[in-house]
Formats: sequence, C-alpha cells, structure tokens
Amino acid sequence: MTHTATVPAAPGARPARTSSPSSLRSGRRHSVEKPRRNVVLTVLTGIVLVYSLVPLLWLVINASKTQANLFDSFGLWFAGDFALFDNIAQTLTYDDGIFGRWLANTVLYVVLGAGGATFLAILGGYALAKFDFPGKRGVFAVVIGAVAVPGTALAVPTFLMFSQMGLTNTPWAVIIPSLISPFGLYLMWTFAAEAVPTEMLEAARVDGASEFRTFFQISMPLLAPGIVTVLLFTMVATWNNYFLPLIMLKDPSWYPLTLGLNAWNAQASTAGGEAIFNLVITGSLLTILPLIAAFLLLQRYWQSGLAAGSVKE
Amino acid sequence: MFTTTHRTRSRATATVAAIGALALTLTACGGGSDDDASPADAQSALEEGGTLTVWAWDPTLTDVAADFEAENPGVTIELVNAGTGNDQYTALQNAIAAGSGAPDLAQVEFYALPQFSLSESLADLTPYGADELADTFTPGPWGAVAQGEGIYALPTDSGPMALFYNKRVFDEHGIEVPTTWDEYIEAGRELQEADPGAYITNDTGDAGFTTSLIWQAGGQPYQVDGTNVTIDFSDEGSQTFADTWQTMIDDELVAPVSSWSDEWYQGLSDGSIATLVIGAWMRGNLESSVPGAAGDWAVAPMPQWEEGATATAENGGSSLAIPEASENKDLAWAFLEYATVGDGVQTRIEGGAFPATTADLEGAEFRDVEFEYFGGQAVNEVLADSAANVVEGWAYLPFQVYANSIFNDTVGQAYVGGTTLTDGLQSWQDASVAYGSDQGFTVTE
Amino acid sequence: MTTLSPPVAAAHGVPDPAPHRHRRRRWIGWGFIGPFMAVFALVFLAPIAYSIYLSLFRNQIVGGNAFVGFDNYSRALSDPQFWSALSRVSLFLVVQVPIMLCLALLVALAIDSGRLHGKNFFRISIFLPYAVPAVVATLMWGFMYGTRFGLVGNINDWLGTSIPNPLSPDWVLLSIGNIVTWEFVGYNMLIFYSALRTIPTSLYEAAEIDGAGQLRIVRAIKLPAIRGALVIATIFSIIGSFQLFNEPSILQSLAPNAISTYFTPNLYAYSLSFSGQQYNYSATVAIIMGLITMVIAYVVQLRGMRKES
Repeated sequence: MTHTATVPAAPGARPARTSSPSSLRSGRRHSVEKPRRNVVLTVLTGIVLVYSLVPLLWLVINASKTQANLFDSFGLWFAGDFALFDNIAQTLTYDDGIFGRWLANTVLYVVLGAGGATFLAILGGYALAKFDFPGKRGVFAVVIGAVAVPGTALAVPTFLMFSQMGLTNTPWAVIIPSLISPFGLYLMWTFAAEAVPTEMLEAARVDGASEFRTFFQISMPLLAPGIVTVLLFTMVATWNNYFLPLIMLKDPSWYPLTLGLNAWNAQASTAGGEAIFNLVITGSLLTILPLIAAFLLLQRYWQSGLAAGSVKE
Repeated sequence: MFTTTHRTRSRATATVAAIGALALTLTACGGGSDDDASPADAQSALEEGGTLTVWAWDPTLTDVAADFEAENPGVTIELVNAGTGNDQYTALQNAIAAGSGAPDLAQVEFYALPQFSLSESLADLTPYGADELADTFTPGPWGAVAQGEGIYALPTDSGPMALFYNKRVFDEHGIEVPTTWDEYIEAGRELQEADPGAYITNDTGDAGFTTSLIWQAGGQPYQVDGTNVTIDFSDEGSQTFADTWQTMIDDELVAPVSSWSDEWYQGLSDGSIATLVIGAWMRGNLESSVPGAAGDWAVAPMPQWEEGATATAENGGSSLAIPEASENKDLAWAFLEYATVGDGVQTRIEGGAFPATTADLEGAEFRDVEFEYFGGQAVNEVLADSAANVVEGWAYLPFQVYANSIFNDTVGQAYVGGTTLTDGLQSWQDASVAYGSDQGFTVTE
Repeated sequence: MTTLSPPVAAAHGVPDPAPHRHRRRRWIGWGFIGPFMAVFALVFLAPIAYSIYLSLFRNQIVGGNAFVGFDNYSRALSDPQFWSALSRVSLFLVVQVPIMLCLALLVALAIDSGRLHGKNFFRISIFLPYAVPAVVATLMWGFMYGTRFGLVGNINDWLGTSIPNPLSPDWVLLSIGNIVTWEFVGYNMLIFYSALRTIPTSLYEAAEIDGAGQLRIVRAIKLPAIRGALVIATIFSIIGSFQLFNEPSILQSLAPNAISTYFTPNLYAYSLSFSGQQYNYSATVAIIMGLITMVIAYVVQLRGMRKES
C-alpha cells in the first residue's frame, strides 16, 4: 500500500513496539507512581494526532475565509480578509437566524435522546450483569442480530410505521429511535459486572431494600465512569444523527444541525440557489465546538469517576 | 389584486359558478375532488382562506408566498424546503405511500414529472382550465407538464441552454467563441495548448446534460405512450452526440471535476473551467455563487450540430404540482396560478429566476436588462431566444429518476476509461429496459 | 446463538453474580431491561418484521402488489450487483478493520501507559474526528483528495510527485478506508482506553513484584483483560463495514463514476428503495445482509471467546 492515505497509518503502528522495550526499564506503574515521560513515544503517537487534526485544521482555516476567498486561495493556509467573526455573525443571522433554532433542536434531541439512551442502557446493562431472568441469554443475541440488518433498508418501513402512529415530522420521530444504543448496552453490561460488587447488593437485599432503591442509591454512583463514557458516545451519535432525521423530518424548523448544514450545502447545487460554503464551513465549526466542550466537561467526571471506581479494589 | 390578463378568465367564470361551487367546497370540507374542480372553486377557496403547505427548494418562492399572503389575508403559506431534487421526491413518495403528510404543492423538476403523473400521484389541472395555458409557456416546459391528456403541473422556471463562457480567458488566448460543436472541440484544444491547466469545460458524466445534448441533436431515445415505452439510443441524434463527446473525453478536453463541488466553483472562479453549456438558470448561479469572476463571463448561443442551425434544448427547469393527496386543491390551484402565471412571475424574475412564460421572455423589459456581472451584456436576449428554439418532440421516461440514478454506473464508466460512450449508452439502455419491464411497463428497444 | 457473556467479567473470573437467585427475583431483571427492549422492539424488531413481510411481495409501478414467496431471495442470490457489493465490503473488512483496530489499540496503550507528554490533549484530539458531522467530513476530504485544485494537486505540483487520483475507481475504496479509519480510530481508542482503565492496579503491582516488564504486562495482563472489548469492537466494526454507507454515499457526488449505486450492499439497498422504489427487493437485500453479518459476528465471537478460556 503506497497510497498517501495510509502513510500516517504505518508510522502510527510503531509506538507500542518502540515504547515497550524502553518502558521495560522503568518498571513502575502509572497509578502507583508517575512513569517517566517518553519523547519517542510522544512523537510517534503525535503522527496519529496530526493525522486526526489536519483535516480539522482545514475547517478552522477555511472558516476564516469569505465565499470568494474560498475558491481562489490555497486550502491549508489563511488568505484574504480574516472573516471568521463576520462568518460567525452571518451564520447566526442567515435566514432569520435559523441556525439558532437548529442548535436548540439538536440540544433537545441530545438531552432527551442521548440522555434517554444512556438511562435505558444503564438499566439494561445492569440487568444483564446482575440478574438472572428468563430470556436473558437471548437478549444480547437478538440485539446484535437486529443491529446487523442494514438501517437504510429499514428506513422506509420505519417511516411508514411512524407515519401510521402520527410521529413523522415531529421531534419524537428523531428522539425515539435515538433511545437505543446497543453499544451503550454492552458497555454498561461489562462495566456493571465489574464495578458493582455482588456482595454489596446481597447486603442491601438482606437489609430488605428494594431492587430499584438499591440500584439508584448504591449501584448508580459506582457506575458513574461507565455512564459518562456511554453518555459521551450517545451524545456524539445523536448530535451527528443524519440519516433518520432526513427521512423523518420535512419541516426545517425541526431540523437538527446536520440536516440544516446539509440543506445549506445543497443550496449550492440548485438553480437560483446561492452557494454559501463559507457559512456551511463556519456552521460546521460551530457545530463541533459544543461537543468539544461537553467532552472536556465530562472528562473531568470521567477521571474522578474512574478513581472512585478503583476504590473497590 | 387580480390585475393580470391570466386572471381575468378565472374571475369571469367565478362569478357565474360561485354559489354552486361554494356549496360544493363546503360539503367537501374545502377539498375539491378532481372532476368537479373548477376555477370557480379556487376563487371561493381563496375567499374562504386556509393554510397551504408548499414543498419547494426554489428560494424565489419566499417572496411570492409573502405577497400572496398579503393579498389574501385568510391564506397562510407554509413554505418548506423538504430537500433538493431527489431527497424531496423520496419524501413525497414516502408521504404518498404513508397516506399522510403530503404537501398541497410540490416543486418537481421536469424530468421527474412523468414518474409522479403516471402513478396518479399528481392532480390533473385540466378542470381548472390549465389546458388553456398552452401558449402562455414556452414549448419546452409546456411539453414537460402536459402528459397525455392531462396537465400535471405548471412550469416555474426553465433552462433553455446556452454557452456560458469565460470571456477573459478566451480573449487572453485569442480563442474564437465556438458556434458549432466541432469548433467547440477545436477551442478546447487551443485552450489546452495555451494553458495546460485549463479546460474548456468539466464533465464527469451527467444524465441531464447528456440527454439534453441528445435532445438538441434531434435524438429521441425515449418514446412514451402510457405504459408502453420505447428506449433506443441507437438513433442518429444519440450517436452524433456520442461521437463528438467521445472525442472530448479521449483528448482529455473535459476537466474531471463534478459539477456543484467546491472544486467546480473554484474552476469557474479562476477560469480553469472556461465554459459551461448549461440551462439559462446558470446566470443567477454565477452571479450569486461565483462573485470572484464578476465581469469575466459572457453568454453566447449554444454550439450547433450543423453550421447555421439554431436548435437548442432544455436543461433542468422546475414546475409546481398539486399532489393528489392534497386536501386543499382549490386553494392550491389559486396559489399555483398566482406563482406561475400571475403576479408571482415578476416577483420571481426579480429574484433571479429564469421564467418559462412567453410574454416575459419576449418582452423588452426582460430582454434588455444589462447585467453588470456579465460585463453589461444583455444576456437574457440570448437565453430567451434559446427558449424559443427548443427542439420539439422530446420525452422523458416515466421512471427517469431511477434511470438517471444509474447513469454513472453505465455511461459514466466511459469517463474513467471503462468503456466508450456508445457502449455505455447501450448498457444504460439495457438497465433501463430491465427496470421498466420489471416494473410492469411494456418496453421495446 | 449462545449468549455473549460479559467478557471482561469472564476474563477476571468474576463469577456471574446471580445464577441461583431466589425464584422471587427471577423476573425483576425484566423490570430493568424491559424499557430498553420495549423501545428496541418498536424501532428495530417491528421494522425488521415488516421488512421480512415486504420481502415476500413484489410491487410494480404498473400492475400493483403481488405475493411472490421467496422469488426476491432467489433473485438476490443470483444478482451480480449484490455479490459485487458484498465482495467489496468484505475486502474492505479484511483490510481496513485490522488496521483501524490496531492503530486504536496502540494509541490506547500509549495513552494508558502514562508515558506521553500531554496525554489528555492526545486523547481528545484523536477522538475529535468522530465528532465531525458527515457533511463536513465530505467537504474536508473532498478538498484533501482534489487532484486539480485540492491538496493532492498541490502536493503533486510542489513535489513533482504523481499521487494517483484518490477518487479514481482503483483507489476510491482505499480513500474511503482512510476516511473511516480517520473517523473511528479515536472512537475505538476510547473504548479500549476505558477498558484498560478498569484493570485493577493490584494486578500490575503483583506483576511488578514478579519482575515483569511493560511488554509482558501488556501481553499477559492488559490484552487478556480487554479481550472482551476487543471482541465487541471487532464485531461492531464488522457490522460497520458491512453497513458501509455514509462515506461512499457522500463521496458519490465527487466521484460518481468510481462509486456505483451498488458500491456497498447498504448503498445498493438504499438506491433500490429510494431511487428505484423497489422496496420489496431492497428489504430482501437487507435481510440477507443481516443474516450474513450475524453469522460472521457469531463466528468471531465464538473464536474470540474460545481463545480466552
């Protein structure tokens, strides 16, 4: 494979091999004692980092260009007037400020969709890890089996069903399908099996606490790091949800950001339409920012959560 | 309000039949069933008021809707951009299949109309008097909306083709503006010699462009009579196109850049894509989306297959149709008429649309506008002349949306060296025939 | 299908906590998983059941709807376009998934080792591409891949190289693989990383007392401990590969001749359904793909778990 596309992959494959012999010497564990920082390892992982960030750099650079500059300047460097703030202002006000509406919709879908998905995954994963119940063996097999059927072909049947129920073109058509996160279920299953000591549950049962009370008061706090991980995944998935809203929603005032940006992008390819790539790019940048913020915020809980989790040992 | 000539007829009939019609519409809850629909119903529906949902991506309709609401206080127009082209057709198809959620009016491109009219998804507008509008529109668009006995939509904009060329680039290299396709190839070669990075045009295989050029060359690969369909790309027009364009591909005169990509806009902006033979609506797109090349572009008549000829074809163009599922057809017709033959036309022209109405295209007010973007050229003159010279007799398949979707699987392979255009057209034909037969059409080759 | 047990738990020998619960509690588990399964039945099982029903009919534009039994299935099995799509994603699976998962695992191990300068920065940056919406990813990669005005074009101009057009028919699958890898390395890295973080520190301490080096700790403790995560990430990657859709569908507008309407099975099902209105045949293709994917996922799971014990 000589293609450029895979070039970053090859050097990226080296870090562990190089790192391991050098780390033989230190022989200390990070959580016990701070291990020595390794420059070679950092540089090699850095290649993967560059691979991840260069396309994003393009986004940032081009968000600072005007529509005209976009077409007549080199993509990976700044050119013309620095129009970032102008673009942001335009993005937020274009078409009566519909971007704000899309943002609000997305937040709604994320709060209810990702929040709900995480909650259902916690309950389900906990059940799989801590209870024996009829049909338990079949549950995950059914889930994996159903997930294996390509979603695009299910879109039309789902649409027709939802239409019968009067759900199409309403937020529910986006939120309800978002409530299912098979991967979240799996993560919570493994995490609950690890993080919640069975003896603790036994003790609670002996004290006569109900299963649900035990779950909310004892198990939930222990599950925090897993919850944060699942929440992160479901949030990103809901935030970037595209295909399903495309089928389900026709009213732009219910669009999430992804559909809205796509509509703006498609505007460039219609007769009489105005290409607004600069707004699409700036809008995209603005779309990613809340996710980064959420990640940074959740990361803190995640780490403290992990520390709490390790107390059990 | 009803000041246009097109409206007068409606009003005259309206007074006569108003009372009876009112009773009818009331019992039908404002929904006109096709057979007893009439212009009078539309009039009473207007007075009654109501809400219309319109699915369209055409930006110029926004002002039209606002004006219409202002003139008819009881009427609310919910203009929804339900996706562009195929996305919207899918949504429309889904809504029709689901039996709910279909709009009262939908924008449908000409090439997609037969698909919807054949499945009786669109209301026949003849009862409203649409059949009398034949001379109001130019022949190309009218041919598209009139299917068999019925009229299933009214044209909103049209795409008579012309040669958009970058005059700066042509002048710089001293290249003559081509008037025939042979000269076009020649110009392409000269340009490439003068500047190896520049191309006369771009093309990565576009069903709309290919069918339009075959159309201009007099080809009639599709013949449609109800559910009897003939598909034959071996006729002279198709072959003329295939031979010429094969040379363009073989000599690498076309830039392998897909239309509408940002790379494409870049090429239009910096002159490395020097011409486009495309629908008249491109005038508005260049102005709004390629501001960097203001003053560079000019418009000339479409290159000809025979020297001295004036044949042209339509490329793109849209209409507004009333889905059969609409529950407020009378009111929908009132808006449709306003937008396509009434005051709405002028509003849309001002918004940059290229009309399909003969009166506007022939009027000095429209033709004499000088466009700063095009260096002061009165480009509408060239474009409007093209509208009058569209070759007659063209038909699209009743499953053209699908056929176009597999164009790049078949003909497109000729652009990446997999086959020739002639063979590609043959496999396109085969695949279309197979699909048509599978869908129950009687297909002959 | 046998059950997938929580692999991490199994790896540590943590006993399944409730195999012999009191009869009273037998159904309480459904109280917890019930909500998930109810919604799941609505948004997954019902449409699948509907699709199976659809797959037994044929609806024509002219002629209407008719029951055709298994005709659609026999048609699919002898449909060269379906098989070409399937073999393309299989190739993709065999090449891209191992590269992506290895990369993700190595980065996860590197970050977990604590030997990186600024590991938090690494973690978030490498995860970031997953947060980029598909529309945007297309715009970005469309630019990067452009040979005329794009980055590849610029590199060729500057360095005099002749990198082939990434969007040409011969290279496009690789280019898509690159985008998918770019998008999901961080995602998988985070899964591996969080699995690594659940390994009890006491295990490392014990290993260190035994004088084990880092390489041995990775091999003897870390990898076995996260085998469950590895297996499940592999299964989900297999499903993802077989359902490849977003990237080719979006790149199609830039490379229409390189990405056919039957480039992947999912794209094929999509165009059948959305451009061709062949809902019945589309449903059939989806059901067959689902069955194939399930079988492969099952085999991977069996193999993955067997090695473990």
